[in-house]
Amino acid sequence: MLTPVLSDNWDQINAWQLSSYQRTGGYDALRTALAMQPADVVTAVKDSGLRGRGGAGFPTGMKWSFIPQDNPKPKYLVVNADESEPGTCKDIPLMMASPHTLVEGVIISSYAIRASVAFIYVRGEVLHVIRRLQQAVQEAKDAGFIGTNILGTGYDLDVVVHAGAGAYICGEETALLDSLEGRRGQPRLRPPFPAVAGLYGCPTVINNVESIASVPAIIKNGADWFSSMGTEKSKGMTLYSLSGHVTRPGQYEAPMGITLRQLIDLAGGVREGHELKFWTPGGSSTPLLTAEHLDVPLDYEGVGSVGSMLGTKALQIFDETTCVVRAVLRWTEFYKHESCGKCTPCREGTWWLVQILERLEHGKGTEADLATLLDLCENITGRSFCALADGATAPISSSIQHFKDEYLAHFEHGGCPFDPMASTVFATAGASA
Amino acid sequence: MANDHATATNVPVPYSTGDSAITETTIAEMRELAARYPVGRSALLPMLHLVQSVEGRVTPEGIEACADVLGLTGAEVSAVATFYTMYKRRPVGEYHVGVCTNTLCAVMGGDLIFERLKSHLDVGNDETTEDGKITLEHIECNAACDYAPVVTVNWEFFDDMTPQSATQLVDDLREGTEVKSPRGATICSWREAERVLAGFPDGRADEGPTGGKASLAGLRLARERNWTAPNGAAGSSNAAAAAESTVSPEAAAGPRPSDQPGKESQAVNGNDSRKED
Ligand SMILES: Cc1cc2nc3c(=O)[nH]c(=O)nc-3n(C[C@H](O)[C@H](O)[C@H](O)COP(=O)(O)O)c2cc1C
Ligand code: SF4
Ligand code: FES
Repeated sequence: MLTPVLSDNWDQINAWQLSSYQRTGGYDALRTALAMQPADVVTAVKDSGLRGRGGAGFPTGMKWSFIPQDNPKPKYLVVNADESEPGTCKDIPLMMASPHTLVEGVIISSYAIRASVAFIYVRGEVLHVIRRLQQAVQEAKDAGFIGTNILGTGYDLDVVVHAGAGAYICGEETALLDSLEGRRGQPRLRPPFPAVAGLYGCPTVINNVESIASVPAIIKNGADWFSSMGTEKSKGMTLYSLSGHVTRPGQYEAPMGITLRQLIDLAGGVREGHELKFWTPGGSSTPLLTAEHLDVPLDYEGVGSVGSMLGTKALQIFDETTCVVRAVLRWTEFYKHESCGKCTPCREGTWWLVQILERLEHGKGTEADLATLLDLCENITGRSFCALADGATAPISSSIQHFKDEYLAHFEHGGCPFDPMASTVFATAGASA
Repeated sequence: MANDHATATNVPVPYSTGDSAITETTIAEMRELAARYPVGRSALLPMLHLVQSVEGRVTPEGIEACADVLGLTGAEVSAVATFYTMYKRRPVGEYHVGVCTNTLCAVMGGDLIFERLKSHLDVGNDETTEDGKITLEHIECNAACDYAPVVTVNWEFFDDMTPQSATQLVDDLREGTEVKSPRGATICSWREAERVLAGFPDGRADEGPTGGKASLAGLRLARERNWTAPNGAAGSSNAAAAAESTVSPEAAAGPRPSDQPGKESQAVNGNDSRKED
């Protein structure tokens, strides 16, 4: 049922240290990879069926093969460790527990695309994770896994750990590049795609932490091993993150295609005495689903077929004590705050969305406001410069679709009919904060 | 709740106080940062973190220093500094306390924790206590939702918080009691933390556990039920190594509840104590 691979060493003593990592076979895959031709490493990752774990699910090996090897410019690998999509909490625990899994993946992936420098762009708000990454890179340098003439192969690589400074938009890959160049993090027009003109205008691969961390296991165990797990078009194991109203929230590493019913069961069920109301399959930017969707296979195709997206597999679980309007308003405030301001539909639109939702949450809206909201969403989605704006409208349209009555109840009640204490972890009968 | 989400401060932004702490050493460290990148400007974010570690905020002198080192104008550096939430124009206290009020944490209790701390400390959002000890800010999802509600101190995690454990935490910080993050190190000052973010390690990476209870939830279950991934071409070397050096999840989860403010997350035994306040 569960298939710990990335998380398999997290219960080892001092798992974050090189010696512990090597005790469980760490850096064996690097030796294997360095004995292969770089192009064969790309082929292995292609054959494995690994798809990007940062949300969009683009095939990783294919992305690598877009790097023009006849281009004389330097090539770069950039790891997207910005993990800021609300609900998403898999990369941070991975880097905390086993940063060497990522570092080994970085070296192998850089070798495959022939990069000379790799960057790990990690959000700044995670001090201890940054400490562990810094130390892991230093340990790998001292061991000769990073530097010049790595393990006598003649391959040279430098790895830089780079802390961001608080901006969700910097997780968008082209905004990340601008930020890494020391600018405001605003998205770039594509094409040209980063594979052709990325960091400093040079060919660049950008991948999510979990994508890169999956590479050593693929090289070590083989592409067939990886693709023996998962479903037809969504291969391998992956980290599913359960949070919210479940008995044992946390990280559950399973083959692609497990269902939420199975995962909630593993997590000890929905909070005792309560029932599932709504959930996000992959962070707040993926349309909300309900109890109706408990048996949908959590792979790219399955979640797509019910009108949402697998995203980052950030399963935020809300029970019947949660007001969906309050939840959606708060996410919308987030998108408004994080809109980078580059394009008008998103910059102005998210501001208006907040105004209307606030009115609705406080029971001062009308049914016409709901129509206006949906109209606004339609004018923002697909008409903005980057996918942040599409994400901003996803919780709104999906919540109106599934919970229109609850919006209406706010008008009738003249405000929010929910007790905010009831949904908290410290809710006890009659208690108050 | 919406009003609480505005930045409630109208304290004017101090321009220059004329007592900048930027020295030749700072400039040399900025140059060292710039040299780590193929193009020096890439070091601007780290350099601004360094400015905060020296000055306690982003000062006009700090901006000029960055501009000088990188050959930019002050306006260009300012444009970058104002884009990112972690850069502060007003002096930050010794401890930056963040309360996650993004949806998941808010619903699980983050809103009530933030309310409680505002009244307990008598400050608004993004404001600092009069003794200069604590700056309180509501923060966005910090990638720890499985530990909701989440509080941070100088960007270290405090998990599964309650209004009560959060007030205890800030009281301990103000009194100078040593405080440890349940998934991190002993809490240092905000300026020291900013120096690590700038790229100058402080040697504390080995403190703290591999992860808390939630990080290990799936793995612990897999171990109990003997679930593993299929064997690969390289065979299962992990199983053998695991048998020899696996620690119990209890031990892996680190310090005991009794010595932790964020203690609920450390209640790794079957009995979940989350419901208590
Ligand atoms: C607003 C926005 C935020 C994003 N944040 C992240 C993030 O924090 N981490 C991440 O890996 N990808 C994020 N992405 C997706 C990246 O743009 C990119 O698709 C991904 O890093 C590619 O890696 P992958 O192919 O390995 O998934 C974000 C996208 C958008 C539009
Ligand atoms: S959609 Fe929003 S975040 Fe994206 S470029 Fe436009 S304003 Fe910036
Ligand atoms: S919502 Fe608070 S950490 Fe994710």
